[in-house]
Amino acid sequence: MTEQSSSKSEVPLIVEMRGIVKRFPGVLANDHVDFKLLHGEIHGLLGENGAGKSTLMNVLAGLYRQEAGTIFVNGEPKVFSSPRDAIQAGIGMVHQHFMLVPSQTVTENILLGLDDPRFFLRLPEYDAKVAALGERFGLKVDPRAKIWQLSVGEQQRVEILKMLYRGVDVLIMDEPTAVLAPQEIEGLFVTLRAMIAQGKSVIFISHKLQEVSAIADRVSVLRRGVCTASGVPSKGVSRQELARLMVGREVVFSIDKKPSNPQGVVLEVNDIYAENDKGLPALRGVSLNVRAGEIVGVAGVAGNGQSEISQVISGMRQCKQGQVLLNGDKVSNRNTLFGIQHGMAYVPEDRTHVGSAPNLSITDNVIMKNYRKPPISHNGLLDMKAATRLANELKTAYDIIVPSVSTPVRLLSGGNLQRVILAREISGLPAFMVAVQPTRGLDVGAIEGVQRLLLAQREAGAAVLLISEELEELLSLSDRIYVIYEGKIMGEVKVEGGETDEGLVDVIGQMMTGTPLDQIQKEGAVAQ
Amino acid sequence: MRQKLDTLFDALLPVIATLAALAVGAVMLLFLKVNPIVAYAALWDGAFGNSNAFAETLVKATPLLLVGLGICISFRGDVINIGGEGQMIIGAVLATWVGLNFTGLPGWLTITLSMFAGFVGGAIWGGIPGVLKAYFRVNEILSTVMMNAIAVQLMNFLLRGPMIDPAQAELASQIPQTARLEEIFRLPRLAPTRLHLGALIAVILAVLVYILLWRTTLGYRIRAVGQNPHASRYAGIKVQRYMVLALLLSGAFAGLAGATQVFGVNYRMITDGSSSGFTGSAGFNGIVAALFGGLHPLLTIPASILFGALLVGANKMQRVVQVPSALITALNGLVVVFVVSSEIIRKRRQRKREAVAKRENDTPPPPAGVGDTKIQQAEAGS
Repeated sequence: MTEQSSSKSEVPLIVEMRGIVKRFPGVLANDHVDFKLLHGEIHGLLGENGAGKSTLMNVLAGLYRQEAGTIFVNGEPKVFSSPRDAIQAGIGMVHQHFMLVPSQTVTENILLGLDDPRFFLRLPEYDAKVAALGERFGLKVDPRAKIWQLSVGEQQRVEILKMLYRGVDVLIMDEPTAVLAPQEIEGLFVTLRAMIAQGKSVIFISHKLQEVSAIADRVSVLRRGVCTASGVPSKGVSRQELARLMVGREVVFSIDKKPSNPQGVVLEVNDIYAENDKGLPALRGVSLNVRAGEIVGVAGVAGNGQSEISQVISGMRQCKQGQVLLNGDKVSNRNTLFGIQHGMAYVPEDRTHVGSAPNLSITDNVIMKNYRKPPISHNGLLDMKAATRLANELKTAYDIIVPSVSTPVRLLSGGNLQRVILAREISGLPAFMVAVQPTRGLDVGAIEGVQRLLLAQREAGAAVLLISEELEELLSLSDRIYVIYEGKIMGEVKVEGGETDEGLVDVIGQMMTGTPLDQIQKEGAVAQ
Repeated sequence: MRQKLDTLFDALLPVIATLAALAVGAVMLLFLKVNPIVAYAALWDGAFGNSNAFAETLVKATPLLLVGLGICISFRGDVINIGGEGQMIIGAVLATWVGLNFTGLPGWLTITLSMFAGFVGGAIWGGIPGVLKAYFRVNEILSTVMMNAIAVQLMNFLLRGPMIDPAQAELASQIPQTARLEEIFRLPRLAPTRLHLGALIAVILAVLVYILLWRTTLGYRIRAVGQNPHASRYAGIKVQRYMVLALLLSGAFAGLAGATQVFGVNYRMITDGSSSGFTGSAGFNGIVAALFGGLHPLLTIPASILFGALLVGANKMQRVVQVPSALITALNGLVVVFVVSSEIIRKRRQRKREAVAKRENDTPPPPAGVGDTKIQQAEAGS
């Protein structure tokens, strides 16, 4: 992609980074990267995980020193030796992980590290200042609220306020939407636009194409430390084109799927009632079934009982009423081992806390479910040679990119870790698999890989229950979709041909907000 | 090359830390107007100077190693066992009772039964906090410490009452001790020193614990539960059972340590009313030895010898240069503090290397994480 010249345009450059090089031992994180930020724009910075986006911006925010290259702010060359220098030059960064003191109030957090209230705190005075600032940018937060009382979205607003209070003109947002709920993302976008209207400039780091094309005026793309697109107007470029720039090859967005050929029922969930961790009812009479050779989706807004369904099925959670049958055997309210021994695979939502043991090696993690039997163990003695051999086989077969299988899995990227988990689950040749949010947080290339693995399971004749909040993913992979709302199934729809049908999406959308399918159909009949 | 240097430095770190602690100790000695070189020469001589001295060091190291092996198991399973003292006592009581009562059997059989009794005694005393933790969510640190107190009083009661030496029972002095073990029921000596079979047993067990932890499904389960109980449950492991087992085994090794003290060193149980009077604080020092050995059973062997040497050598040093015994305690404490601190340095270096490795593996943006620490450091510094 050629660089779109912007120096000739009338809009002044506020930040220019020229030829930035940043090296970490063994890896070139930024290889002569140029980056230009115009005054008053939202600039999307796209790239897969590990492409060097955050490194580049950490250089700009004064956290890292570049090894070569220059930063110009308003045309003047600047050297930042700390974030404080960068803030003084008007550049502030909101990190993915917030840096707030939970027990302190919003105002106290904003004043933290400043010299202004010199000795006496005079908080009410500053509360008013913070409130006024929030008003100006549409960032509504109660200055007297303690951080722990705030939602994640509100905490992010505090982080933004912190930077605005320090008078920055350029705000770098590092993956700001990763932690937010859909409604909160919309709120964030409103805020960012309000800031632009008031003369600020924003750099928006993300690996999500949709968001970047929705919010950014211009887009730059990094791939493996190299800039593959610099300042392209987001209106003039397709999502496929951006994806190609990110991963360096065409990403197939619609996955080819053979027509389904479902066999007998493998999993039967009958009228399940269960409580969540807080002891509140989470599932209220859920029934569903999955047949061999099909992928069945469960759609719904987060927190409507999806996690609990998967936990009851896998035996991780007790149910109060009802039962789950796997090939006719009752698996609910039994030890997890029973399900595992009867051909159940489970790809849990929480990859690091449930799906793997972070400090153990890849080998130790892949044998978690089959260490009980030969060839991995004989009469209680582990055969580490066989285990290592298995791990190496899986590493090759599932394209797990890591120097050695003795690496602790905490060092793996999200995509690689998910491949380790899938490798373990699939290699057990399951009759049934439940996968919860299997592609969450992964980059484009990894998502496609995981989706292909799920489809391969279906083709191999396994029954797959896919629980996901990504409707697009459900529509492209599933043969049938159940929609859950407040712990109840609102209805079941068939997905024909894998093609996204507007009417279908509309029906699912209505069910996701609490209208049962039969009611929708009744109203439809009345309208006709 | 760089990597090799890093590994070498990490391996030498505990040694460097020990030397640094001795250097600080030297300053304290100077304040007491004692020549540190003379003092440390005496320490070395006392610990390794001749075969007798070295044998004494090994005798002191034996209970440290046995307790340390149990600690390796429990800490790997993420259960913190502070109850080594109590477990040693109960193990010793049970072993002594067997040794004094099964006198009709051949010596080797009674010794074997006694060692087994010690193992069982410690297992019971460790298993109780284990059950409380796994099934009633009682914090094991608190419960093991409290079990120590119970064990001491139980020992005091038994040695004053039911188990008192019949000879003492008739005397006015009523020294709280058991009868002496008959010669054939004592652990045989290995050389013409006080070194007894227990040391050899401990080393063999170290190898067995290594195999248990890394080569058996049982050890795999214990480690998996320790690393991530959720993932373990998800993988079909009965998490609670292995929590109990980790503490139970840990206690069992401490119980064995208590038994070897009676059968290899003292040949009777005697109490001064405190637990350290019997155990020599091996129940606590064994934790330090295990941590010093990086919770690795085989590395715990040299770690135990080091602490054994400090204990034995310090006695000699005290006699030669006439320093107060408190200084010896302080010196031991310094070594512990320095070694534990060096562990923090090692961890930090490891994290740094991992951050680099993570980036090499093309992974989620570590810069954010690295940035975090940088800021935290900046804040800590200000």
